Amino acid sequence: MSELNKLSLREARAGLREKKFSSVELTKACLSAISERDGDINAFVKVTEESALEEARGVDDRLAAGEKMSALAGIPVAVKDLLNTKGVTTTCASPILKDFVPPYDAEAVSRLRNAGMVMVGKTNLDEFACGASTEHSCFGVTKNPHDLERVAGGSSGGSAAAVAADMCIYAIGTDTGGSIRQPASFCGVYGMKVTYGRVSRSGVTAMASSWDTIGPLARSVGDIADVLGVIAGRDELDSTTPDVAVPDYSSFLDKGVKGMKIGLPKEYFGEGVEEETVKIIKEAVLELEKQGAELVEISLPMTKYAVAAYYISMPAELSANLERFDGIRYGKKPSSDPEDLVDYYFKARGEGFGDEIKRRIMIGTYVLSAGYYDAYYKKAQKVRTKIIEDFNKAYEKVDVIIGPISPFPSFKIGELVDDPLAMYTADALTIPASAAGVPSLACPVGAYHGSGLPVGLQIMAPQFEEGRCLQVGSVLESA
Amino acid sequence: MLSEEEVRHVAKLARIDLKDSEVKKFSEQLSGVLDYMDILKEVDTEGVEETSQVTGLKNVLGGDNVAEARCKREELLECSELPVDDNQIRVKPAIK
Repeated sequence: MSELNKLSLREARAGLREKKFSSVELTKACLSAISERDGDINAFVKVTEESALEEARGVDDRLAAGEKMSALAGIPVAVKDLLNTKGVTTTCASPILKDFVPPYDAEAVSRLRNAGMVMVGKTNLDEFACGASTEHSCFGVTKNPHDLERVAGGSSGGSAAAVAADMCIYAIGTDTGGSIRQPASFCGVYGMKVTYGRVSRSGVTAMASSWDTIGPLARSVGDIADVLGVIAGRDELDSTTPDVAVPDYSSFLDKGVKGMKIGLPKEYFGEGVEEETVKIIKEAVLELEKQGAELVEISLPMTKYAVAAYYISMPAELSANLERFDGIRYGKKPSSDPEDLVDYYFKARGEGFGDEIKRRIMIGTYVLSAGYYDAYYKKAQKVRTKIIEDFNKAYEKVDVIIGPISPFPSFKIGELVDDPLAMYTADALTIPASAAGVPSLACPVGAYHGSGLPVGLQIMAPQFEEGRCLQVGSVLESA
Repeated sequence: MLSEEEVRHVAKLARIDLKDSEVKKFSEQLSGVLDYMDILKEVDTEGVEETSQVTGLKNVLGGDNVAEARCKREELLECSELPVDDNQIRVKPAIK
């Protein structure tokens, strides 16, 4: 019965079904791990002990009564504090929302709740999901469970660290330019950035509306498949969720990779990517070849332009989305008494936003302003088209594309925080899939010699082919 | 390059109060970021369409039905720290 918190979702479900333990026991194991470890790691911004135990008791009662429940029922989850959770603070790690309690759930949370969710808490992030290290949070940095002097990655750093440190069984994060994959890679867990539109964005604070996705982080590929099956699908409240059927994702897990064509983009294994990262990932990929896959070198020539295109398009969308935070309908009012309404806006936003948000709002405002719109914003949107063409051409030749997630391992806390441009280039290999709106699964495949820090790779497939990512991922997992 | 004067102007457009120390810091940092964007000039985008969304969806229409709201008006009003009168949030005057 010890260490229930270390189980995978599938192991935990089997245990619950076989009545080896109860959801309350499983939940208590996660809650004690939080109280033991989270003082050091800081993955959680809020622990919901009381409601979690209440939810767990509810599931135990229903299971005892013989009710057939969902694959996720009674299994402890941690939710990124960017998703609205009814009655539980949702801060986006921003001072402007520090005490905000939303009156309704995000659609993804609502689907989890209907599936018998046990939520142990809300996880830390870079303010409004803007960052690659979870250092830009008004709750302080989340530390990497593998080395407390290093970052957990970001912006879903709290979710990745909570899974890696066994403080929950799975977690929900968001990925706009790499925010699930990069922390998953830094913390050594699985994480899925879905096809744009696969999971409803309703009730999730918008960062960059044409890029934002919501997805799971977990300890196995099967776990990812199970969570995805619950949260994916059309939602009338998000008109960007196409009516594409949700397949049985677990059916992809034992298909093998025989005859599959796997593309290795030369730009992902070249300049700027650490040698050891390349070596570890190439070794993992060779295993796929042994299992019958064909490796094909391909080129995604627009890769080097993705960071620049993203850091124009995303702040432009962000600056428009964050206009709504003015401390009036929700959020903090300014500490000093403003003269008039306009002064109120200036003060509420000046006090309420952290540095990185101010920077991005200003970049976005600048690139959208008269005289700069064509040179920056329109140009970036055209380059985005060319990035998409790269992927379309590649998928004519290959079934999936594999590459590193981060060019380098987790960095030291404070190392990049005052150098925004260096921090932005950390996303160089995750942004292209986001630009094209294609799914990408982060898989841990090894560790750096010496430091022992985890290394992850990403498996990218065409839009709505999450199953293909899981198919390849499960072969790597069992290798 | 983004001069301190331009930083102040952009912050004004975005309605964000900045301290003098922030203006100086952001001028340096944002200049670096904007200089980096010049790399896009290398890309030939002649005749390329712009991408503003990737779903391929067009004119997504909802049915003309009465739907159940996710929460009540009162619950939304409770989210404000400002006084509420007659279902409206009381704010500072816009014009004096």
